[in-house]
Amino acid sequence: MISAIIVLGLLAGIFGLILGFAAIQFKVEGDPLVEKIDALLPQTQCGQCGYPGCKPYAKAIANDEADINQCPPGGEVTIIALADLLDREPKPLNPENGTESEVTVVTIDEQICIGCTLCIQACPVDAIVGAAKQMHTVITDECTGCNLCIPPCPVECIDIIPIKTSLATWQWDKPDETRTDDTKTAEPAL
Amino acid sequence: MINKLFDFIGGVQIPYYKEMSTQDSIGSVALPSQLILPLSQHIGAAAEPIVTVGQAVLKGEEIAKATGYVSAPLHAPTSGTITDIGDYPLPHPSGMRAPCIILTPDGENQWMPLQPHSHDYQTLDPSTLRNIVRGAGIVGLGGAGFPTFIKHNPGPNGHVETLILNGAECEPYITCDDALMRERPEQILAGLKIIKHALNAKRCIIAIEDNKPKAIECLRSALMIYPIENTEVIAIPTIYPAGSEKQLIYTVTGKQVPKDGLPINIGVVCQNAGTCAAVHLAIEKGQPLVSRVVTVSGDVGKPRNVDVPIGMPIDELIQQCGGITGSLRRLIIGGPMMGFAMHQLEIPIVKTSNCVLVDAGNAEHLKPRDEVMPCIRCGSCAEVCPVSLLPQQLYWYSKDLDLEKAQSHYLFDCIECGCCDYVCPSQIPLVQYYRHAKAEIWKRERETQKSDAARERHEFRLFRIEREKEEKAARHKQKKAALKTNAVAANATDSEPSKKHNDPKQAAILAAMERVKAKKLESQIAPKNTDNLTPAQRKTIEEIDKNRKERNNKDTPET
Repeated sequence: MISAIIVLGLLAGIFGLILGFAAIQFKVEGDPLVEKIDALLPQTQCGQCGYPGCKPYAKAIANDEADINQCPPGGEVTIIALADLLDREPKPLNPENGTESEVTVVTIDEQICIGCTLCIQACPVDAIVGAAKQMHTVITDECTGCNLCIPPCPVECIDIIPIKTSLATWQWDKPDETRTDDTKTAEPAL
Repeated sequence: MINKLFDFIGGVQIPYYKEMSTQDSIGSVALPSQLILPLSQHIGAAAEPIVTVGQAVLKGEEIAKATGYVSAPLHAPTSGTITDIGDYPLPHPSGMRAPCIILTPDGENQWMPLQPHSHDYQTLDPSTLRNIVRGAGIVGLGGAGFPTFIKHNPGPNGHVETLILNGAECEPYITCDDALMRERPEQILAGLKIIKHALNAKRCIIAIEDNKPKAIECLRSALMIYPIENTEVIAIPTIYPAGSEKQLIYTVTGKQVPKDGLPINIGVVCQNAGTCAAVHLAIEKGQPLVSRVVTVSGDVGKPRNVDVPIGMPIDELIQQCGGITGSLRRLIIGGPMMGFAMHQLEIPIVKTSNCVLVDAGNAEHLKPRDEVMPCIRCGSCAEVCPVSLLPQQLYWYSKDLDLEKAQSHYLFDCIECGCCDYVCPSQIPLVQYYRHAKAEIWKRERETQKSDAARERHEFRLFRIEREKEEKAARHKQKKAALKTNAVAANATDSEPSKKHNDPKQAAILAAMERVKAKKLESQIAPKNTDNLTPAQRKTIEEIDKNRKERNNKDTPET
C-alpha cells in the first residue's frame, strides 16, 4: 500500500517536472488562434468591422467579443472560412457593417492634389507616396481598397476605381447550363 | 530500335476531318494592309517595344525585346513602317485588347542582313545555339507557346536520353504539321539535328499518328537522304489526345512524367514539327520567326494550309482562303477540342495560332451544344480521361466551388483535352467547369498573396509610427537636457542681469516687444483728416474707437 503511494507519488513528481520543463522550453509565443483568424481576414484594414484593423478584429473574435460576420470585404468566403475554423454556424454578413462589393482601388487626381499629407496619414498600409506640399500618388498594387483616405482629403481629389482585369488576371466564367446557344461563349466546339 | 509502343489509358476515337485542308499544298498569302503584332504571344513576360511610331524596319528586324528569362523577342514579319503602338484585340478567349505594334508593309518584303551558321553550328557550343534560338523569338508552335530555348537547356545535371519530334497532331481539322512534314521534311530534319546536337540527346524518335501515312513516308525517305544518327520514324495509333506531351512520351517510351514534373526529369524532350523547322531557319539561315504555317478550315471557300506572316489579320486571311461560306457563327482558334471561340475577325495570327476554324453552321459536326441535362453518373468520362482522373467528382466540386476537394482530386493535373466533355451523354460542359475552378483557385491565391503583403505593410506601419513616436520623445528629451545644461552654464559664467541682451533669442523677444509698444503709441496719435466731418461720421468714428479700446483691453487685460 505504502510502496504504491510512494511509487505513484514519485511518478507524479517526475511527470510534473517534465511537464513544467516542457511548458517553459516549448512555450508558444502569442495566441495561435488570433494568428489563424487573422490569416483568414482580407487585411484590407478598413475598420468596417468596428475595430481599428484586421488584427484587433481577429483578437475580438478569439475573445468572443465580436461575431464572425462583420467583415464586408471578406464577404461570404471569409465568413465560411471563419465558421470552419471556429466550428460555428456560418451566418449572413451583418448589414450594419456594410455590404459585400467588388474590390476597388483608389487613385489621386494629381492635378487637384494640394499635398496636404492627410491621406498619407490615413492609409493603413502606407500605399500613398508624397510629402508636404508635394504631389501625392497611390501605389495601386499595394492599395487594399479600404477607402480610409477619402474622408480626410480636403479637395476631394481621390477617386475609387475598379481593378482592371489584365490578361494575367482574366478568368473563365462559370458555365451557364441553361444556355443552348454557344455562339456567344469561348467554349470549344465538338 | 523501338520494339514496343505503350497505350495510354483513356482517350477517344474522334472523326478527324483532316482531308478538307490537305488537298492543296502549303499556299502563300498576299501581304495585308497592316500587321498586328501583340507583344505577348507566348507564355511568360510580354516583350518590350524597341521601335517608335514612324520608324522604318526591315524584315526580320527585332522590334520588341524579351523581358526576363521566360520571354521571347518579336521581329518584323516584313519590311515597312511602324504606324502605331497601342491596344488592339487579341486572339484570346477573353476577347480583350492588349498592347500591339502595328506594322504597315511597304511591299518590298526586304530582309535585313542575315547571319547564317549554315554548316558550322556543330562547332558552336549548346549555349550559343540556345542564344540564337532565343534571339530568333522561337516559341513552341504547337499551341502552348513556351519559349523554345528553355527546353533546349537540360540544366546542370540534365541528361537527355530521348528527343521526341511530336508529329502526332491529334486534334481534328488541324493539318499544319502534317503539311509541313509532307512538303518540307528536310527543314524539320535539319532542325531536329540541330536540337539533338544542342541537347546531346542519345536518340531521336519522330512520332506520327498512323492516319498520316504520307507524312510518315515523306519523313522516312527524307531521313534516307539526310540521315541522323539513332533516329527513327514511328507510326503511333490514332487516338485523341495522342499528341499531348505526357501521353506521347508514355506511348513512345513507356515512362510517365512525374506529377508537377517536366519531361526533362525523365530524360525526354518533346519538340513540335513546326518548331524544329523554325530552329533550322534560325540557325542555318539566320532568319528569326516571322511566319508560320496555319490551317484555315471549316466553312471557308478553300480550306487549306498557308504560310502566314505573324500578325496577319484573320479576316484578310479568311478572305484569301475563299471567304466564309454562309454567315459566321463563331471563329475557333486552335482545334475544336481544345481551342476557343472568338466572335470578331479583326484579330491577328500569332506565333501559337495553328488553326483557324470557321463555323458558319454548315458543318454538321460543329453543331452547338444541346441542352445540358443532369449528370446520370454513367462514368463514361472517367473511362476516357487520359490522366486517370475522376471527371465526375471534379465536376461536382468545381460546380460547388469546393476548391480544396477539387484540388485534392488533382484538378491541376487535368490537361483540358475535352475527352470527358466529348463523351458526356448529358452534354455537360465539364472542361469549362474545370477551367473556371482553376481560375478561381488562382484568383484566391493572388488574393492571399495580396493580403499577406497588406498585413506586412500594416504591421510595418504600426512599427514605424511607434518608432517615430519614440524618436520624437528621445529628441525632445535631448533638447530639454541641452537647454538645461546651457542655462546652467550661462548662469555660472555670466551672473549680470544684462545677460539677456547677449542671448540672441532674448534680444529678439525684447525687440519684438519694443515694436509692439511703438505700434501702440502710434495708435494713440491723433487721427488725420478729421476736420470737416459731419456729426454722423464723427459718431461712427467714436463708436469704432470705443469698440477698439474695449477689444484691446479685453485682449491684454494686464495693460
